[in-house]
Amino acid sequence: MLHVAVATRTFRRYATYRAATLSGIFTNSVFGIIYSYAYLALWDANPSAGGYDSQDAVTYVWLGQALLMTIALWGGGTTDDLAERIRSGDVAIDLYRPVGLVGWYLASDLGRAAYHLLTRGFGPTLIGLVVFDISLPGSVLDAGAFAVSLVLAVIVSFAIRFLVASTAFWLLDQSGVKVMSGAFAIFISGMMLPLVLFPGWLGTLANALPWASYVQVPADIWLGKRQGTDLLAALGFQVMWAVVLIAACHGVLRLATRKVVVQGG
Amino acid sequence: MTADHTSGPLIDVRDLERTFDVRRRVEGRRRRTREQVVAVHDLTFSVDGGEMVGYIGPNGAGKSTTIKMLTGILVPTGGEVRVRGLDPSRQRVELARRIGVVFGQRSTLWWDLPLRDSFDLLQKMYRISPARYRENLDRFVDLLDLGAQLDTPVRQLSLGQRMRGDITAALLHDPEVIYLDEPTIGLDVVSKGRLREFLRALNRERGTTLLLTTHDLQDIEALCDRVIVIDHGTSVYDGTLAGLHAQGGSTRTLVVDLVDEAPPIDVPGAEVRKVEGPRQWLSFPSDASAAPIVAAVAASYAVADLSIQEPDIEDVIRDLYSRGA
Repeated sequence: MLHVAVATRTFRRYATYRAATLSGIFTNSVFGIIYSYAYLALWDANPSAGGYDSQDAVTYVWLGQALLMTIALWGGGTTDDLAERIRSGDVAIDLYRPVGLVGWYLASDLGRAAYHLLTRGFGPTLIGLVVFDISLPGSVLDAGAFAVSLVLAVIVSFAIRFLVASTAFWLLDQSGVKVMSGAFAIFISGMMLPLVLFPGWLGTLANALPWASYVQVPADIWLGKRQGTDLLAALGFQVMWAVVLIAACHGVLRLATRKVVVQGG
Repeated sequence: MTADHTSGPLIDVRDLERTFDVRRRVEGRRRRTREQVVAVHDLTFSVDGGEMVGYIGPNGAGKSTTIKMLTGILVPTGGEVRVRGLDPSRQRVELARRIGVVFGQRSTLWWDLPLRDSFDLLQKMYRISPARYRENLDRFVDLLDLGAQLDTPVRQLSLGQRMRGDITAALLHDPEVIYLDEPTIGLDVVSKGRLREFLRALNRERGTTLLLTTHDLQDIEALCDRVIVIDHGTSVYDGTLAGLHAQGGSTRTLVVDLVDEAPPIDVPGAEVRKVEGPRQWLSFPSDASAAPIVAAVAASYAVADLSIQEPDIEDVIRDLYSRGA
């Protein structure tokens, strides 16, 4: 109940910034168009690159644009609030509450993600659908699995952003780590280029790391590339990283209260 | 009063210690050296249910560190803390349901939400029954005169209004203990008075235990029967406010206005501190009677007027601090 209230509150908070939302949708769409033509040129040269055809490739572009803000790929989201509260010392108040900090911020981030999905997600998807005729999930099962995969993607990305924000307990400021982590995520999540195109060991590695949960896994489910037990394996992969990383968040938080001074008197 | 269910004190602190590792850059050395700073050591005290205790000390004495350990957000490096039998750092979330915290300098409310929404969120967070919530909210809003501000976002409230909002927020779940950290800082005299009155009533009617850290000694005089003075991380005084005066070796001052200027007055039991024309200041121990001194002065000098100044608690504490250093 509480966590639902927290999520709705954050949803509403983000919903107050309408101009930012509109300009964001515009930006995502412009990038979607640029990427689409680049990918089309690429697939024109190699029509079955990475096991995708050109429609898969263009669909992948627009899914990436739709997911970008939903999963807060290059950082930010409610974990920025956390980092700021650690810096100012207000995190002490969060710790006085009879609620776990991780669950609280996760609920809040899911509220934010829901808002960004409805706006920054659906907006570009609609434009991709109209302008580039992107494909839709092939079955109800695929669509359902995509929805589950999306939630898992948000949780995995939340956990990584939470860990990045937690560095503020030691470094006082998360910005440096956040920039590095964001740049790394753009590359390794398959946002820039699908992981299916990564060669050899780099591809194997990238597909095993948690960032594959961000874009590659949900996109493959949408495109119907993962079926039957393979679909379960895809979701299992995300669940595994979600569990491991959320546990890491709890661990880091415990370490922080043990070792570190909360700022200010 | 729920505090009586368990035997033993509500707050029990034994040989508490907290050190911090601090890295410091030393001139002429390339690497930073590690240094241990002791924030709190050998701290022992206990508080019973229903007490109102002032926890005072100069800046950096270890007050906040103690409160953080009492509430479980900082783990002690030595000794023991129990609050209502719970180990705060291990059972932080469970303990959080039973305590309230108010900071003068930080708000526990949500900046962008109306006061009412903050309270609603707290109801869910602390799982307060709707009836109890309604009753508490009505009561506190009425006592603290917050009715007109309920629908105002917290960021638009004045400091006094925000403080009253914070106090309400800390009390909605009927905590057994409430920690107040500088609750009257920045408030005007009227707001201070009203807040103190409210806290006194809370303690009287509900038996809520209060632990108050403050630099405003009037808060202490108005609220606390007991004072714990901490300096350099350890308790230097624990007892009644009256006892603090005696402990500090505080003195009262007899101000004598003579008819004519005279050399320093010489009477047994008192010492001249200052002479300014015909006026002289004589100090004598607070626990001694003023009568024989007044009589002795009047017997040997032509006195135009007399007055007695009571010791200032601030002087007493300053004296305690300086002796501890």
